Amino acid sequence: MSVLVYTESEKGKFKKASFEVASYAKAIAEQMGTTVTAITVNADDTSALGEYGVEKVLNVKDSGLDKFNAKTYAAAIQQAAEKEGAKVVVVSSSANARYLAPILAVGLDAGYVSNVVEKPSNTSPFTVKHSVFTNKAFANTEINTDVKIVGLSNNAFGLVENSASATAEDFTPSLPESGVNVESVDKATDKVSIADAEIVVSGGRGLKGPENWGLIEELAEVLGAATACSKPVSDLGWRPHSEHVGQTGKPVASNLYIAIGISGAIQHLAGINSSKVKVVINTDPEAPFFKAADYGIVGDAFEVVPKLTEKLKEFKAQNA
Amino acid sequence: MKILVCISHVPDTTSKINFTDGDTKFDTNGVQFVINPNDEFGLTRAMWFKEKQGASVDVVNVGGTETEPTLRKALAIGADTAIRVNTPATDGYSVAKELAKVVKDGNYDLVIAGRESIDYNGGMVPGMLAAMIDANYVANCISLEVDGTSAKAVREIDGGKESVSTSLPLVIGGQKGLVEESDLRIPNMRGIMMARKKPLNVVEAADANAETSVKSFEKPAPKGDVKLIDADNVEELVNLLHNEAKVI
Ligand SMILES: Cc1cc2nc3c(=O)[nH]c(=O)nc-3n(C[C@H](O)[C@H](O)[C@H](O)COP(=O)(O)OP(=O)(O)OC[C@H]3O[C@@H](n4cnc5c(N)ncnc54)[C@H](O)[C@@H]3O)c2cc1C
Ligand SMILES: Nc1ncnc2c1ncn2[C@@H]1O[C@H](COP(=O)(O)O)[C@@H](O)[C@H]1O
Repeated sequence: MSVLVYTESEKGKFKKASFEVASYAKAIAEQMGTTVTAITVNADDTSALGEYGVEKVLNVKDSGLDKFNAKTYAAAIQQAAEKEGAKVVVVSSSANARYLAPILAVGLDAGYVSNVVEKPSNTSPFTVKHSVFTNKAFANTEINTDVKIVGLSNNAFGLVENSASATAEDFTPSLPESGVNVESVDKATDKVSIADAEIVVSGGRGLKGPENWGLIEELAEVLGAATACSKPVSDLGWRPHSEHVGQTGKPVASNLYIAIGISGAIQHLAGINSSKVKVVINTDPEAPFFKAADYGIVGDAFEVVPKLTEKLKEFKAQNA
Repeated sequence: MKILVCISHVPDTTSKINFTDGDTKFDTNGVQFVINPNDEFGLTRAMWFKEKQGASVDVVNVGGTETEPTLRKALAIGADTAIRVNTPATDGYSVAKELAKVVKDGNYDLVIAGRESIDYNGGMVPGMLAAMIDANYVANCISLEVDGTSAKAVREIDGGKESVSTSLPLVIGGQKGLVEESDLRIPNMRGIMMARKKPLNVVEAADANAETSVKSFEKPAPKGDVKLIDADNVEELVNLLHNEAKVI
């Protein structure tokens, strides 16, 4: 019996979310009096996992798995879980992890809960808190199967250092036919994605047109932030759909969310509410976003944002 | 091609979310229910296949009688037949299990579901369904073309997109991009009249047991007041974000 965690890597390197799920798996293992095993696919160096409490690593190395495939990855994780006799499997909330988790759940006959925000309040019955109604509420849900799968919400638990030393061994699962073949991947490598970002800078219709997005991009650049937008902005074609956040767009769970020229409609707030600190810049003091924000500036984005970018540059220069 | 569109019946996005019975039940009082937005994009894409490639389009919901107006709306948009599996939707697994039976009985080639339903946000029903019936599966699907039994799809990934080729039988978890916002159809009078005559078949549930059960709900803790910073003093915001909020 152990807790199994799927630690994702990209081009051989772990993502921050992998250390977060490892930290979280360690917390569950402590509650249950057991240890954490991680499964990795084509990761270069797995020693860092030990710093977050992983004691054993199953390394899958297979050039056939260089491109992500939900079905084959789920099969590999399932076989690792069976080999380890894992009672709990932890995955992140990345697009890929969400893709494979339901397939894994059927394979393991395991109950699965996604968007979990805390460590289990109880391990018997196994009870987790997860966000529902697009962050307007939480549910406390019991998983009644022998094996449980927990999908942890990004940035919900944080990193907890917990030095163990991880022993690594090779693991060679038998892989099924995939059925879905990747033809091409189109991914901006120089930009932070909304899912991985710690800071997100978002613009709304108050910015008047796509030609003004330099304001947002420059601010995002000093902060190392991802850029996002409200729904009308993507519907109008000012920005790509992939930047649309909110109830019908992407969810945002960053540490800092800066909303510029966004009114704060209920559907927008629903999607970004789990961000920890929210800042609004808006000319209208009555804009609903001020009720949801932690910090606000009533003012014209075209004046305030360049000043803010300037001050942040100075701050970064001093604190570099 | 036989298409099945899975329709989840959810509170309108503007709904206030409240609970009753000691915070154990969702309070439907005064709540307007709609077709889950992700499913509406999928249904509209299905109508495109019907009109351009000659597909049949059925819609299905797992739920009680209260979901029938939502299914009627899907019929008014243009679906041929609606199916309601008569059992409350308790968790993603049991819903997927019911849907798997519908798909097998109806021999569907393509199942269009949504990326997630905006009530419980599980994001799991289509993936579970695909695994149960051993069909191919594409999540977060933003484009879909079908030619004979082969399909090309685009999936949104973190920070970009991925083009894939696959084949029928296929399940997708669809979202905006499958069609655009402006392609969505508001049922017209004729559609609504025709929908009344279209079949809405109620089928009994295969007894699928839930694997998870919600014990209670809670609302987020009320938020403190916003701290306002003068527009002429943005440096103060930088200080607060660094020293107080500790996010930069
Ligand atoms: C079913 C459904 C789903 C939806 N899903 C989403 C969703 O997922 N995400 C989403 O974002 N929306 C969603 N919406 C739309 C939502 O209701 C709002 O219409 C939308 O969020 C408004 O976008 P906005 O704030 O950019 O624009 P507006 O509401 O037009 O607000 C613009 C704001 O900019 C301010 N402003 C103007 N000039 C300046 C300036 N110079 N400097 C600073 N501020 C300025 C104004 O005071 C105003 O508050 C959905 C709607 C529906 C019906
Ligand atoms: N009760 C239901 N009846 C029919 N389809 C459903 C039901 N619940 C979920 N679905 C489908 O599965 C998708 C994902 O839902 P979920 O896994 O609940 O987030 C939805 O967009 C629907 O297409």
